[in-house]
Amino acid sequence: MKRKNADHEANQSLLSRRALVVGGLQLVLVGALAARMRHLQINEADQFRTLAEENRIKFKLIPPERGEVFDRNGVQLAQNIPNYQIKMVREDTRDVEAVIARLSKIIDLDDQTIERAVALIKRSAPFYPVTIAEDVTWEDISRVSVNAPALPGVTPEVGLSRVYPLGSDFAHILGYVGPVSDYDLKKINDPDPLLRISRFQIGKVGVEAKEEIRLRGSAGNKQIEVNAAGREMRELRRREGKPGANIQLTIDSKLQNYLQARLDGESASAVVIDCETGDLVAIGSAPTYDPNLFVSGISVADYRELTDNKFRPLASKAVQGTYPPGSTFKMITAMAALEEGIIGPDDTVRCNGHLEVADRKFHCWKRSGHGSVDLKNSLKRSCDVYYYDLALKVGIEKISAMANVFGLGVRHNVEMSAVARGLTPTKAWKNRVHGKDWVIGDTVNASIGQGNMLASPLQLAVMTARLATGREVTPRLVKSVDGVEQASGAGGPLKVDQNNLKKMRKAMFAVVNDRGGTANKSRITIENMRMAGKTGTSQVRNISAAERRTGVIRNEDLPWERRDHALFVDFAPADNPKYAVAVIVEHGGSGSTAAAPIARDITLQALYNGPPPLEAYPSKDRGRIRSQQKRLAKMRPMAKTQDADKT
Amino acid sequence: MSYLEYTVKSTPTGLRKILFLSWPLTLLLSSVACVGFLMLYSVAGGSFTPWAEPQMKRFAVGLILMIAIGVTPIWFWRNLSGFCYGVTVILLVAVDLFGEEGKGAQRWIDLGFMRLQPSELMKITLVMFLAAYYDWLPPEKKSRPLWVLLPIAIILLPTALVIQQPDLGTSLLLVMAGGGIMFLAGVHWAYFAAVIASGVGLIVAVFQSRETSWQLLNNYQYHRIDTFIDPSADPLGAGYHITQSKIALGSGGWTGRGFMQGPQSRLNFLPEKHTDFIFTTLAEEFGFVGGISLLAIYLLIIFFCIASALVNRDRFSSLLILGIALNFFLFFSVNMAMVMGLIPVVGVPLPLVSYGGSAMLVLMLAFGLVQSAHVHRPR
Repeated sequence: MKRKNADHEANQSLLSRRALVVGGLQLVLVGALAARMRHLQINEADQFRTLAEENRIKFKLIPPERGEVFDRNGVQLAQNIPNYQIKMVREDTRDVEAVIARLSKIIDLDDQTIERAVALIKRSAPFYPVTIAEDVTWEDISRVSVNAPALPGVTPEVGLSRVYPLGSDFAHILGYVGPVSDYDLKKINDPDPLLRISRFQIGKVGVEAKEEIRLRGSAGNKQIEVNAAGREMRELRRREGKPGANIQLTIDSKLQNYLQARLDGESASAVVIDCETGDLVAIGSAPTYDPNLFVSGISVADYRELTDNKFRPLASKAVQGTYPPGSTFKMITAMAALEEGIIGPDDTVRCNGHLEVADRKFHCWKRSGHGSVDLKNSLKRSCDVYYYDLALKVGIEKISAMANVFGLGVRHNVEMSAVARGLTPTKAWKNRVHGKDWVIGDTVNASIGQGNMLASPLQLAVMTARLATGREVTPRLVKSVDGVEQASGAGGPLKVDQNNLKKMRKAMFAVVNDRGGTANKSRITIENMRMAGKTGTSQVRNISAAERRTGVIRNEDLPWERRDHALFVDFAPADNPKYAVAVIVEHGGSGSTAAAPIARDITLQALYNGPPPLEAYPSKDRGRIRSQQKRLAKMRPMAKTQDADKT
Repeated sequence: MSYLEYTVKSTPTGLRKILFLSWPLTLLLSSVACVGFLMLYSVAGGSFTPWAEPQMKRFAVGLILMIAIGVTPIWFWRNLSGFCYGVTVILLVAVDLFGEEGKGAQRWIDLGFMRLQPSELMKITLVMFLAAYYDWLPPEKKSRPLWVLLPIAIILLPTALVIQQPDLGTSLLLVMAGGGIMFLAGVHWAYFAAVIASGVGLIVAVFQSRETSWQLLNNYQYHRIDTFIDPSADPLGAGYHITQSKIALGSGGWTGRGFMQGPQSRLNFLPEKHTDFIFTTLAEEFGFVGGISLLAIYLLIIFFCIASALVNRDRFSSLLILGIALNFFLFFSVNMAMVMGLIPVVGVPLPLVSYGGSAMLVLMLAFGLVQSAHVHRPR
């Protein structure tokens, strides 16, 4: 027993020693924990506090309302209209399928929409409102509101969407907006954080794209506290953004509507410019398309239809299409010769139907020739040989320089997409681009606006306005931004002899109003509204020697793509020019029959600010014109019907 | 020494025993539990549901359980320790076979009224059984190889079963607690030196075996180790927990953000904020002062236990109290070290504070044994 006690004592003291060792070890570890806690909470507190704030606070952008676009009379061309949407929040809905099934009994939902919505809801965060249906009618919205108790988590909401009420009439001018793409981001190098918002709408083409910065406005932002799942808990601070500027265009929507209607059915374009101010009153291109289709995303089939169309509806031919100006260029060749003093207006040239230059025959369009022609006659009857002769004397450099004076070969500053520069060839240009020397035949071709010479309808309209006024008229599309009037395009006097210009105008007057003028059929018969102009028919093919022998094939017998372009430029009233107009009908045949009537109708419409009286037309046309006016008055632009009209 | 040698007469009897319970210890346990209620109320956004109220009920049950066990003679528990151990091992086998899946591991048996986690219970019954073993074993035999191998087998059997679940954290805790008892019982230190040396060897082997055919750990376990070594490498994935936990802790500063004002926990950046990571909420809202206070209370509990064990002349009682204290220490220190980013994330709750029924009841049961040993100590 004694030994046992001793043993027991020894054991107890060993246990006590070991217990103290273990206890001491525990104390050391607790000390380490305390030290670590001190390190994290005291020494590094600031750093962790910052990290915690970064966790907690997020910035959220408040997108500004996009600026609206108006025509010169205040008619709305691009607007933001409320877009009623039906959204669903998963965590409030619980049984998503059942609620959607109930919803589809109340409003019209196709199976595809339902399927897509259900998939999206399951993917999204439980508190994220998923859009089930967009562009629903007000009636549907009220139905959903009335049935709210049966539809937990379903809320009607209102967003803004871009609408172009005049649709296809302004497709080429305004363009359209669409959700920002990676491609856009790469291209524009714009640090605006708004562009990082998924599906943020930016201008893709036209005024919408060119005036993007002003239309967009600047973003506001709010500081919100979020939880770990990203749910907004409360708003800490808010700074409102600035809405985009409203833009007023120089276009007159009524005239624009007429112009588009008049061009309908052709592959054509036309420009109406105010000679006094340079205001572009109408710019049209046909065929056209409904830009509203692009806003919410165009279907593949619709898009394919637009891109596969050989008449290129997506192209804004009036500013981006370039064509050989043909005989409408003759005023420039004549002006160059007059300015150089090489010919006087009464000097004549003999036209035998062709001119032989460097062993090559250059034909006049009239095989039998015009006989002896002076300036006025040459323009009136559009004699080619007269201009061949002038060109040989004055040279290509002078002609090209004169073309530039009149706004050809110059990229005009118009807020539309892909505004073309055209081409006024020079010797240096040919050498640089083609690596070949200029030959005299090139000069001969250029003199009548063929060969390398290229101009857009816009440029031809500017040229005509400059001819009409003698001032350096520049085109203007944006009239005012948020009520601030933009610089006028009236311009100063052109650096040419105004007397020479007067002679040109007289000759152009003769083209339309003299018996035997190429555009005489398309004259205006009211005295103080008379029009001056010039026809043009530009070849898109080379007439081969074989063809010459067997006789030139008539235009109407050729396939469409190889027919001549029909052109016409004019200004009116001839004695006090108000509007200049340029019309090009692609592969339309002759300028006098295909383009001049269109130009005359548009000019009259502009002059009378509406349908002109029938007395303005030659008496034998009046019956036809009356029915045409009736037909055109009924034409309305293509525009996706709006929600308000649906119900 | 057997229970016959007890000087039973001098020990309190009947309901008087309640007066002889260690009331300071009870008070300390209650204050820790109250910290728990407070934090559970806070992480629920100022609400007793869903956590604080059930936790209070459980603690009340736990207190009654503790007192009931505390007034039961310690020799009763010693005699029962082998049976308890056996039952727990059977439960562990059962959980491997029919247990409920949770977070990729089978840990629970659904008893209907509560979900029992046998691995929690094992921590206590293992200590009981080892204490009883060394009470029974003549002291001179304690360092003989055979008598050392036996307790090692006693430890490794449940450990192996827990690893099966798989629950690496708890199995390591079992080994550490069991080893602790062996050390306290006086097993020669050379054994421990050998074990530590081979442990280091094992760690090397674990890393060497990675991505070979004899890979020793599961991929998720390796992943946890990687995450521990560099949490910032995967801040939104596996490292998310520890990164957010450190941010919450660190942003608490000296005095914290204020009760119910911790953005990290209030905005759900903290994972498992009501269970394993509850200490971070405490440290975020009450700062260094709050964290160190809780640590101090824990330390006091350990101190009371060690003091009680040292004055207790009953070998089983001493070993049992020290073993339970060691377990308790491992509980809170591993949890704290984990949330502070000192050790990898292992699923160990903060004792008496984290929400959870099994751990709470098992701990109160264990402290009931401590109370029993304290009340029935030889006088």
